[in-house]
Amino acid sequence: MEINYEELGLRVGLEIHQQLDTASKLFCSCPTKLFEGSEEGVTRIERYLRIAKSETGEIDPAAIYEYMKGRKIIYLVPRGHVCSVELDEEPPHELNREALTVAIGIALGFKSKIVDEVHVMRKIVVDGSNTTGFQRTAIIALGGEVLDDEGVVRIQTICLEEDAARKVGEVDGAVVYNLDRLGIPLIEISTAPDIRSPEQALRVASKIGIMLRLTGKVKRGLGTIRQDLNISIKGGTKIEIKGVQRLELLPKIVEYEVMRQLKLLEIRDELIKRGVRKEDITSNIYDVTEVFRDTKSKLIRDKLRAGCKVYACVLKKFKGLLKVEVQPGRRFGTELADYAREWGGVSGIIHTDELPGYGISDAEVHNLFKFLNVDEGEDVIVITVGTEDRCTRALKAVIDRARDALSGIPKETRVANEDGTTRYMRPQPGAARMYPETDIPPITIDSRIINEALKYVPKDPNTVYEELISKYSLSPEISKQLIRSPYFIYFYDLVRELSDEELTPQYIASLLTIHLRSLKSEGVPTENISIEVIKDVLNTLKRGEISKDGVIQILKEYALDPKKPIEELIKKYSKVDVNEVIKIVSKIIESNREELIKRKDKAFNIVMGLAMKELRYRVDGRIVADVVRNLIRDLGQG
Amino acid sequence: MPSTEFSREGIVILKLSNGYNVGISIKDAYVEVVKEGYVKTYTEEGGGTSTYVRGSSDSLISIVSTGGTIVSRVEYETGAVKPALTAEDLIDFIPELKDLGSIEVIDLYRILSENMTPKHWSSIAEVVGKKILSGVDGVVVAHGTDTMSYTASALAFALRNLPQPVVLVGSQRSSDRPSSDSALNLLAAVITSLNAPFGEVVVAMHGTISDNYVLVHRGVKVRKIHSSRRDAFQSINDIPLAKVIFPDKRFIMINNRFLSRCRKDELILMPKFEEKVSIVKAYPGIDPEIIDFLVDRRFKGIVIEGTGLGHINDSCIESLRRAVEEGVVVVMTTQTIFGRVNMNVYTTGRKLLLSGVLPGSDMLAETAYVKLSWLLANFNDLDSVKKLFTKNMVYEINEVHEDYLYPRWYHGD
Ligand SMILES: [Zn+2]
Repeated sequence: MEINYEELGLRVGLEIHQQLDTASKLFCSCPTKLFEGSEEGVTRIERYLRIAKSETGEIDPAAIYEYMKGRKIIYLVPRGHVCSVELDEEPPHELNREALTVAIGIALGFKSKIVDEVHVMRKIVVDGSNTTGFQRTAIIALGGEVLDDEGVVRIQTICLEEDAARKVGEVDGAVVYNLDRLGIPLIEISTAPDIRSPEQALRVASKIGIMLRLTGKVKRGLGTIRQDLNISIKGGTKIEIKGVQRLELLPKIVEYEVMRQLKLLEIRDELIKRGVRKEDITSNIYDVTEVFRDTKSKLIRDKLRAGCKVYACVLKKFKGLLKVEVQPGRRFGTELADYAREWGGVSGIIHTDELPGYGISDAEVHNLFKFLNVDEGEDVIVITVGTEDRCTRALKAVIDRARDALSGIPKETRVANEDGTTRYMRPQPGAARMYPETDIPPITIDSRIINEALKYVPKDPNTVYEELISKYSLSPEISKQLIRSPYFIYFYDLVRELSDEELTPQYIASLLTIHLRSLKSEGVPTENISIEVIKDVLNTLKRGEISKDGVIQILKEYALDPKKPIEELIKKYSKVDVNEVIKIVSKIIESNREELIKRKDKAFNIVMGLAMKELRYRVDGRIVADVVRNLIRDLGQG
Repeated sequence: MPSTEFSREGIVILKLSNGYNVGISIKDAYVEVVKEGYVKTYTEEGGGTSTYVRGSSDSLISIVSTGGTIVSRVEYETGAVKPALTAEDLIDFIPELKDLGSIEVIDLYRILSENMTPKHWSSIAEVVGKKILSGVDGVVVAHGTDTMSYTASALAFALRNLPQPVVLVGSQRSSDRPSSDSALNLLAAVITSLNAPFGEVVVAMHGTISDNYVLVHRGVKVRKIHSSRRDAFQSINDIPLAKVIFPDKRFIMINNRFLSRCRKDELILMPKFEEKVSIVKAYPGIDPEIIDFLVDRRFKGIVIEGTGLGHINDSCIESLRRAVEEGVVVVMTTQTIFGRVNMNVYTTGRKLLLSGVLPGSDMLAETAYVKLSWLLANFNDLDSVKKLFTKNMVYEINEVHEDYLYPRWYHGD
């Protein structure tokens, strides 16, 4: 679909959340490292959250109340990562000074105005990802800007906040979170809705990302930076999309959301054309198990055997609309199914727009319409299989969502899928209810902390780029790649500590960019390679104990099996001298003598192949070739 | 926004449209007054006014609100703490309460529990007594947690022959937090008040840090043993009377040693408490003059929180002997928390007994303090006071300590 974003009045705002690499969490002394062991045997606690109806700050307070009611939350409490503060069993300690200093440094880098006194607030969060039911967050600075080719994008606020718990699964309708991540300091940079195109969203996000990295005080790796977006078009609704972990996805997400909003508006118009009114969509939920008594559908049969029932609701005059694709691979029916899953904890819904199917016969579909006495030519029946309680909740949510289709696009918080499409997550809070965090005294920003923060102020990426070219003689292409590389911040250290005539800055730069990237594209998990390992290996290279080819091979094998001691790999690929080569080649010839004599014309290739298997990366191939050539000359004469 | 007690001078706190507060210096700033407003302040007296919400069952539950975390809410606009509760507030937060019965909330006090005094115990006892006599089906007292077990003990002695349970309830996380323990605790308190077979004063609080059950502790045997955890309240030298399991709200008894409900006409109200009673903690450098001072100031009772089996530095014995001679009732408890006083084992203990110090058996120091205060106010002759002090009245003394009464900690395995 060719879309003219300017005409549609596209407005995108970004919220970039980046974990800071501080020694301890924002409000306690726990480390900021995630738990990596097995979840087995880890302590679990169970909680429920609730909020007074009048305090939800919702347009529809009942909705949010219902959402939280009876929703069991299970927290994993790994030892060494979580204390009473994360458990909400102890008041927060004072705000982490290191995190505050870094945040101020970052804010100064964006020309943002630092507040005089920091007030920590509680922002109500209802999904259980915070044990308290709120996230602690504080504005550190206001205003600022990011320069972009399409114009200046304003920054609204820079906040310091605690990261939420890590969702690790769901069991029987309960959500499971690991508390290790809860409380890690996050900096949140929110832009104004000044972004006008999908590509601009990517450019601005990556520019902010680079600036953050340039502080040297942010965490690396998947999940340490997360992008939220708010997207709107003229006549549409401002939709929040949470938790985009891959930068590259941003343009697609914007594009697909615009597509979704346009489609939903089309559906609305069609419903209006068909004369559907809200009251036509009744709240009745029916037990239709009878219709499926002898069904051939394995899906339904299995569940009926387990004691479940089939429930149905009717969407009057919706026929055909549930088939409408709103995003690639996602139909309007999929949107309804999201609601059923989120609210009822059912595995999904089946609707008559997609029937016959799932082993449900034509006859059964007819019977279903007859059973409920509704019009097969106009209406849609949605069914779901499960317990009464869950199915009722699920279908009630479906009905509510269908009613919302009459007004267009409901206000939602959505979450990004891997392919750039999004799915419903929860109702969108109205004006976020913010309470002062009365357990933490306000913090005065004085010149001392500002001075301390100066060392974290990131340079402007353009300045850095030009410096790389002029000072280190890197090519523009490598410079660009290097700035984006996760290892970029180590480049200066490596050059300072290691570079000499052989080990040039250019070599170091291309190792950190081209070579590691090509390993990654081979599928090697390069995130396992720590900067310490790179330093070790480069030091060995500097001492002349391994070859440059060896460097890549060692890093590759290490990344594939990071438990192996690096010394072992270094030994495996240590350089050998000519005498050693002669010894090895002689041995190969000796043990293959007969075959070599038989296939004399192929002898060189055979010996070379075997020798290189043993000597690859340890010695220059040309030296091996010379030795082989010399030694096979005597073949057949001895 | 009103400034906080921590804010620096010259800083104004602004609430931005996104809900955040920030502090901005007004030095060299241009300030224009657009509108004036004020922050509501609250007195400590609720005056006993009551609010009422009709429920869907026939029962009537009276909730006496005395203050503390459980009834206070932070107002999100100002950050001010509203220290009182109405029945509507309560139902707004815990709509399920309506299924249990009609709810009446009596706004008696709005004080933090550290500010409670024996005078407050007396009026709480009177209000509770009146409510019971008026025929309500359940009585619950919402109370701050710091001294909740003192008030529970006080009510346990002041309300003799209870025809129904009196349930004290508090919370460790205020009700304005979605993670508050107050909803579960309150539900459990109301369920207990309606269903329990006993006529005792109890405390209903979280049993673990999960929301899986609430324990119902005997008021005279419970102690807050953690400064912040929601399972801070645990029974000491006894087991809880009952638990209420969630989410199914099932009430089950776990202790078969309890005072059964009496007839309503058997209820006797004895709400007086002697204020001239003190607790003295024994410590290595203790100066006997502390005891002399209390005697000179005409204190009528002294509870010693002794070391180990019930000891105090030898240097104090002379002062204690004098105290007893002058008519002060001196009793001994132990600061070890768990276990029983036994003053026959070591010389110091024997000397103390000879001086007239009464052993408090396995009573908690705070229970002994409340009991002594109550005895001194309600019985005129010292002999009755002394005799009743060492005698079990409401299971404040447990003669049998089985092994499982003592908790287990993490020991590396
Ligand atoms: Zn912690």
